[in-house]
Amino acid sequence: MKFEYAPAPESPALAGIAPSHGLFIGGEFREAADGKVFTTISPSSEEVLSEVARGGPEDVDAAVAAARAAFPAWSALPGAERAKYLFRVARIVQERSRELAVLESLDNGKPIRESRDVDLPLVAAHFFYYAGWADKLPHAGYGQDPRPLGVAGQVIPWNFPLLMLAWKIAPALACGNTVVLKPAETTPLTALRFADICRQAGLPPGVVNIVTGDGEAGAALVAHPGVDKVAFTGSTEVGRGIARALAGTRKKLTLELGGKAANIVFDDAPLDQAVEGIVSGIFFNQGHVCCAGSRLLVQESVADEVLDALKRRMAGLRVGDPLDKNTDIGAINSAGQLARIRELAEAGEAEGAERWSPACDLPGTGFWFAPTLFTGVSQAHRIAREEIFGPVLSVLTFRTPDEAVAKANNTPYGLSAGIWTEKGSRILWMADRLRAGVVWSNTFNKFDPTSPFGGFGESGYGREGGRHGLEAYLDV
Amino acid sequence: MPTTAPALPLADVTATDAALRRFLHGLPGVDAVGLEARAAALGTRSIKTTAKAFALDLAISMIDLTTLEGADTPGKVRALCAKGVRPDPADRSAPSVAAICVYPDMAAVAVEALRGTGVSVASVATAFPAGRAARSVKLADTAEAVAAGAAEIDMVIDRGAFLAGRYMEVFEEILAVKEACGRAHLKVILENGELATYDAIRRASWLAMLAGADFVKTSTGKVAVNATPANTLLMLQAVRDFHAATGRRIGVKPAGGIRTAKDALKYLVLVNETAGEDWLSPRWFRFGASSLLNDLLMQRQKLSTGRYSGPDYVTVD
Repeated sequence: MKFEYAPAPESPALAGIAPSHGLFIGGEFREAADGKVFTTISPSSEEVLSEVARGGPEDVDAAVAAARAAFPAWSALPGAERAKYLFRVARIVQERSRELAVLESLDNGKPIRESRDVDLPLVAAHFFYYAGWADKLPHAGYGQDPRPLGVAGQVIPWNFPLLMLAWKIAPALACGNTVVLKPAETTPLTALRFADICRQAGLPPGVVNIVTGDGEAGAALVAHPGVDKVAFTGSTEVGRGIARALAGTRKKLTLELGGKAANIVFDDAPLDQAVEGIVSGIFFNQGHVCCAGSRLLVQESVADEVLDALKRRMAGLRVGDPLDKNTDIGAINSAGQLARIRELAEAGEAEGAERWSPACDLPGTGFWFAPTLFTGVSQAHRIAREEIFGPVLSVLTFRTPDEAVAKANNTPYGLSAGIWTEKGSRILWMADRLRAGVVWSNTFNKFDPTSPFGGFGESGYGREGGRHGLEAYLDV
Repeated sequence: MPTTAPALPLADVTATDAALRRFLHGLPGVDAVGLEARAAALGTRSIKTTAKAFALDLAISMIDLTTLEGADTPGKVRALCAKGVRPDPADRSAPSVAAICVYPDMAAVAVEALRGTGVSVASVATAFPAGRAARSVKLADTAEAVAAGAAEIDMVIDRGAFLAGRYMEVFEEILAVKEACGRAHLKVILENGELATYDAIRRASWLAMLAGADFVKTSTGKVAVNATPANTLLMLQAVRDFHAATGRRIGVKPAGGIRTAKDALKYLVLVNETAGEDWLSPRWFRFGASSLLNDLLMQRQKLSTGRYSGPDYVTVD
């Protein structure tokens, strides 16, 4: 019998989107100095969601000045007092999580199941976690009385808009810094809603400032002389530019960049769970994940079995309306990103890899890409080397653990890796040898505020999350 | 060059004790965290409107409506049979349940009460629920239930022998009970709560399937841990894989602890997205339950009338 799930959509009205949005500077929303605006659209329908102020250098200047003005009082507060604000923010995020999840799914295109069950709980957890650190900084291992840096300029990507905001803002505020945050051009709305939460929580004006805009605003922010610390999450290319711009300045810099993670499946793996891990590794958030397990390395002796099971599982993925609670894969975030994914997938075919996707009806409007896997991929193919940042998995095989390590490490990146085996000693042996900031064993894409996250090589430097995440925002 | 192929795929794995052990221990391991996470994720599927109406009726039609109490009487069993045939006296469109499940000494009463209704009689047997009796007693128990007219036999495996690693003993016992069943369908209860680990549940599922089970069933309902979404998901994977390997389709029956319509719908999602739609039929999936039926009926009434009616509008039998 056919069990069709009827549509079960969340109402877009829950997001309560205003027709226009201003910049959040010094506790007030205001237009851009030059009055410029841009529109943000829903990637699943291409409908305009709202008009948003396009911040420029002058606005960045005003935001940095507001943050600078707020810094002395904020940093002088006892840690326990700063903690109260952060706990309040965390609780409001929880209370408003349905609204925020719908807003995030509308603006970003990710399925509501993920924004509701992953993004929002983690956002609240990060604020709760760093609220706990605010009055315990002398015990963090950075000296008796570690001092904040000042004004943090933070630039975040579009793949986890609110979660990346939380990763940046929560530790910065806990340590006593004030911030100017530039959300991604295609996903400004949840950051601006977060500004409203800051006001609701009574956060002193200027402690958090949000400047929306494009790359120009981001460049102005990181280059601004009034900024003491720059934190960037995004592409390796932009990260390189920032590192270059900051070289020789006193600014402290952390970068969380791209990845091309290997998800390594041994023949003694728990195969059903490994298949789930492969799926969540590459299709979670449409593959728009810097630590996505985009290269599957599977031991030759189980390759056929794993691929059969993977294809069967992929055929069950539900692609469509991000607001439908039964959707597994939502929309690609932008036309530009879709073009990039298509280009790399075509390169994969042109270079001789075999492409497969399950039969799936993609909606007529919006940006969509069917979950895709490539077999017969070699280390030399572009799809095995370049970050695709989409729902495209490259499958390679290996014969021995040494070969698995060699192939996994054969990348300029080094953000994450996964190991699937029931043999504990092999997990430890592999983890010792893999050059990656995060190594998951018998799971993938698991995040927790207590655990540091960050990369090797061209995946960036610095850690976010955990005790380690405090270091980026302290003068140590 | 071999001149004859084995009659059944996998027949050789039960040829010797050592071969059977090697096979069962060669099955892929189960990562408990991952299995439970997958079951929980499928539990978040949102089943609304037409899908809900379909699923509620399907769930009712899959129930083995059960009474397994020391206090059971012919009167109690007859009342349960009447309820199973027409679960909602006020709404004739409500389907009948799949079967009435009773102890062997009540099987004849149920057979008489259900004659001509299309509702089947299932009887537990083999010294249910502990199964701690001589094999001759278990076989006699089975034979009596079959003689009384039970069309389905729910046996328990010897968990003691299984946990001690005497797999061949368990295998042979299932074979013997299967033979005693004659034409009756055999459901093999693994009692997951006593097997304790997911690895053991996967091995026991395969052992039962290799021995000729028509269904694998999670539990007796008489121990602390009975059916869970995770252990049912695991058994659905086992029947799916067994079908792929042998072409034989085996049913799954979670039993014990499934009391709400919401839970039942989650199990149907597990079936749909693990074994697939071929299993979405009372022929291949059953719920062993007693109080579940009333909640399904209440949800069904809510869906058709738009109002919650309350427990006084469903019958207590």
